[in-house]
Amino acid sequence: MEDGYWLLGRLDWQALPFVRAWRHPSVSEWIGAGAGGLVVIAALAVLVMLTRRKAWRRLWDGWLTSLDHKKIGIMYVVIALVMLTRALIEAVLMRMQQFAAVGDPGFLSPEHFSQLFSTHGTVMIFFMAMPFLTGIINYVMPLQIGARDVSFPLLNSISLMLTAAGAALVMISLVVGQFSTGGWSAYPPYTGIQFSPGVGPDYWIWAVTLSSIASTLSGLNFAVTIYKERAPGMTLFRMPLFCWTTLCTSILMIFAMAPLTVASLMLALDRYAGFHFFTAEAGGNLMNYANLFWLFGHPEVYILILPAFGVYSSVISTYSGKTLYGYKSLVYATLAIAVLSFTVWLHHFFTMGQTANVNAIFGIATMLIGVPTGVKVYDWLLTLLRGRIRFTAPMLFSIMFLVTFVVGGITGVILANPPVDFVVHNSLFLVAHFHNMLIPGLLFGMIAATQHWFPKAFGFRLDETWGKISFWCWAVGFYLAFMPLYALGLMGAMRRTSEWLRPDYSPLMLIALLGALLLFAGFVSLLVQLGVSVRHRDRYRVPVGDPWDGHSLEWATSAPPPEYNFALIPRVEARDAFRQMKRRGIAYARPEAYTDIAMPKNSAVGPIIGLAGAGLGFALTWHIGWLAVLGFSVIVGAVIARSFVRETERLIPAASVREHHERWLDAVAATPRVPRVQELCPSNRGHAEPMA
Amino acid sequence: MSENDLPESELEGRKTERRHYVVGIFWALLLTLAAFALVAADTLPPNPARIAVSILALMQIVVHFRYFLHIDLKQSHRDDLHLILFTALIVFLMAAGTLWILFNLHGRML
Amino acid sequence: MSAARYSYVGLNLREQDAQAEHGAQTLIFGFWIFLMADLVVFALLFATYAAMSVHGVADGPAPAELFSLKMPFIETLVLLLSSFTFGMASLALKYSAKRSSLAAWLLVTGVLGAVFVAMEISDFATYISEDQAPPQRSGFLSAYYLLVGTHGVHVVSGLAWLLVLLVQLAVLGRVREVKLRLLRLALFWHMLDVVWVCIFTFVYLFGASA
Repeated sequence: MEDGYWLLGRLDWQALPFVRAWRHPSVSEWIGAGAGGLVVIAALAVLVMLTRRKAWRRLWDGWLTSLDHKKIGIMYVVIALVMLTRALIEAVLMRMQQFAAVGDPGFLSPEHFSQLFSTHGTVMIFFMAMPFLTGIINYVMPLQIGARDVSFPLLNSISLMLTAAGAALVMISLVVGQFSTGGWSAYPPYTGIQFSPGVGPDYWIWAVTLSSIASTLSGLNFAVTIYKERAPGMTLFRMPLFCWTTLCTSILMIFAMAPLTVASLMLALDRYAGFHFFTAEAGGNLMNYANLFWLFGHPEVYILILPAFGVYSSVISTYSGKTLYGYKSLVYATLAIAVLSFTVWLHHFFTMGQTANVNAIFGIATMLIGVPTGVKVYDWLLTLLRGRIRFTAPMLFSIMFLVTFVVGGITGVILANPPVDFVVHNSLFLVAHFHNMLIPGLLFGMIAATQHWFPKAFGFRLDETWGKISFWCWAVGFYLAFMPLYALGLMGAMRRTSEWLRPDYSPLMLIALLGALLLFAGFVSLLVQLGVSVRHRDRYRVPVGDPWDGHSLEWATSAPPPEYNFALIPRVEARDAFRQMKRRGIAYARPEAYTDIAMPKNSAVGPIIGLAGAGLGFALTWHIGWLAVLGFSVIVGAVIARSFVRETERLIPAASVREHHERWLDAVAATPRVPRVQELCPSNRGHAEPMA
Repeated sequence: MSENDLPESELEGRKTERRHYVVGIFWALLLTLAAFALVAADTLPPNPARIAVSILALMQIVVHFRYFLHIDLKQSHRDDLHLILFTALIVFLMAAGTLWILFNLHGRML
Repeated sequence: MSAARYSYVGLNLREQDAQAEHGAQTLIFGFWIFLMADLVVFALLFATYAAMSVHGVADGPAPAELFSLKMPFIETLVLLLSSFTFGMASLALKYSAKRSSLAAWLLVTGVLGAVFVAMEISDFATYISEDQAPPQRSGFLSAYYLLVGTHGVHVVSGLAWLLVLLVQLAVLGRVREVKLRLLRLALFWHMLDVVWVCIFTFVYLFGASA
């Protein structure tokens, strides 16, 4: 064994992309070094800025150690946006390579291209989509059910920090070593030690394991919150639909993360300890990996999509000025989707070799799941019907979702036919299909959610013009980027290919590249929108807290809400609780009495566990024994030490609750009500005139 | 405070609950013994023996849930019971599906 | 109030506070969900084992050549007994004001758990050294060690938790938090028994009945 192995494990100079670019200069290596450099510079810039503004204390006390579900939600969304930036840049790079690589090797080495599609998929699913939806759920759901916080606030913070640790590992892989080249699904035996001796798959294993543990804990937390923390009168069937989809997503998280953990653990044992779960020798069975991975992977699709369904339900009913059509059918459809999502996983590997009967049954189950989804689409359409529709940015995203998602759904039903699947399996047709589901079915939903709930979280609206510019970039960009891929797939283009031999691919590849650039422009517009809105925030302020004439309880409190959400827990008497209150004129009523409110104290346990988790993952990736032991001990030690702490709550005295609440109520009384036609004017201070 | 200071009703409660555990361990031991004896005696051919011990295991799981984990049909346990039944469904789908798929694939490789 | 008494065995907080009762219910329900997610992990390990013990033997020993019934039987008795003693500890927690009887039952449970783990380790050592059956030999053995080993790791974590709680009983006394933790540890411990029932049936008895 070499000197220094005990200290640094398998780390050496060659792990740094800068050294690789120096020794073997090529465009591909320079891009790698550039990306690594960008990460380092961005990280340093953040550190310098925090230090110069003396913001460390504020960051630590106000955010990192906070157990407030609203702050945790916002931090999740920040992680998602950072990771989205990276994965979008990768997407544009891949489109450029595939356009440049018709009859030519292009500018990226095949190795580098493989890393790009592996990180793009891994980041988009585990570190963009999951944190994004977890963040939105965290922010909105407790407010909607009239709770003060989630059931287990500390666990919530730990989940956040473990997710951050996983994301950090993926970012570190840009600077130290290389990420996996085995795709986001990391199929063995390719990712086994024999064919991938480097650290790439290890990065994947530990990043994904951290994320899946975090998601299991989040799912547990949300499910218990919905079961146990609802306001009085908030029966299950009075919950906003977003809470129902949250409940189903949480249940899926609880049960579907386990197969992923098992599969990645087995892969790790194969790689680290010479076990034979998925090897091609000694009785290993690589097909079981596909089985386990998609036992997770298919429910995961619905984990991603269901929260967006909930967002669309809120958005469509709010901006149509109607109650949601077919509430109960939407609930039952959501439940049906949740259960059926556990019965279709085999359609991801129709071509693996099982008999036609097995394929047929899973094919039928797959088509069945389209039925409840279809029910939902009709419910949303009927909610729009005869509504007084306001075409605000979130509404535009929702309508674009309806149209686009149906197209994707139809290609899904086509793919559910095993014989058809055999023809287009692993082609760009598939790539087009799942982007066609996930971009409208997840990303549009999350963007709509941020547009819709941003004023609640920060107290001012987002700039509408830039929201609409962004919308058109996303909408047009999506069709340009992905419709050509359907055609290319049918022409025989396989996914994950870095070089083409057919010149007739060129025009379609060019259109797809333009689409990708437009999608990126859509993302940049969102950032511009944020900047513009922050600059003009005084014009956009909505302190009363109900800028959209909302239906559910989150609009019944100030914007931003106090730490404890509600001065007095509301009593719920009907579905669309806040809408009913406004109609009956009992919204903004003055409470007769105030009580002390107990809220969780800040805790450093979350950040400590997150840091130790990242250290543990890094140590395992690079075989650094002492660091692994240290990381593990810190995690266990932190949990045990925390269990000796008994004073975990602090009391907010009734007097201070009263003072804050009365001041807000005075502001409400002083603010004129605004009809919907003035929704986007500066006169909209968040006091809505209820529609008849 | 000694044990005898407990109110009458609580003493009664302790007695019933202790009996609960005793009944539980009795059944658990009996079913375990039966299963091991069945295989050790080697009287049944492999497949019927496996079916028999599977049924015994299922019975023993029910005993453990009933007597040690205190899951019953009372109202106060409804949430837990629903959760357990749903888990049973998911476990069944995952395990049975895995076995079906892997054995089917294996059959095609011969 | 027999309904309240049965609502969670071991839970006798002697508090009329609805808020506290609600908090306890929430904790226990959350822990049940964790147990169920854990059960799914075991289900998948079982399914993998079931396939690999048939298809993945390769040139290593088959289950029937490796397993005997004697050790699993003793291990089963030890573990079942520990579940019973934990039940007695739960009763002591609920009804007995004396700290000593609770601690005694917990200690007995811990000793039984430790004996079980020791026996399992000696099993593994025997298989590896005498039968040349390490996990690296075949897919079947990989699946066997992972399944039974995961259960063993759970027992070890249960023991560590037990140790921490014994310290907390001594330091903090029988406070509400510690009671609720003991209650959750009890659920964890009994659930490990349920998993073990499946292990002795589907691993050892199935293996021996071939």
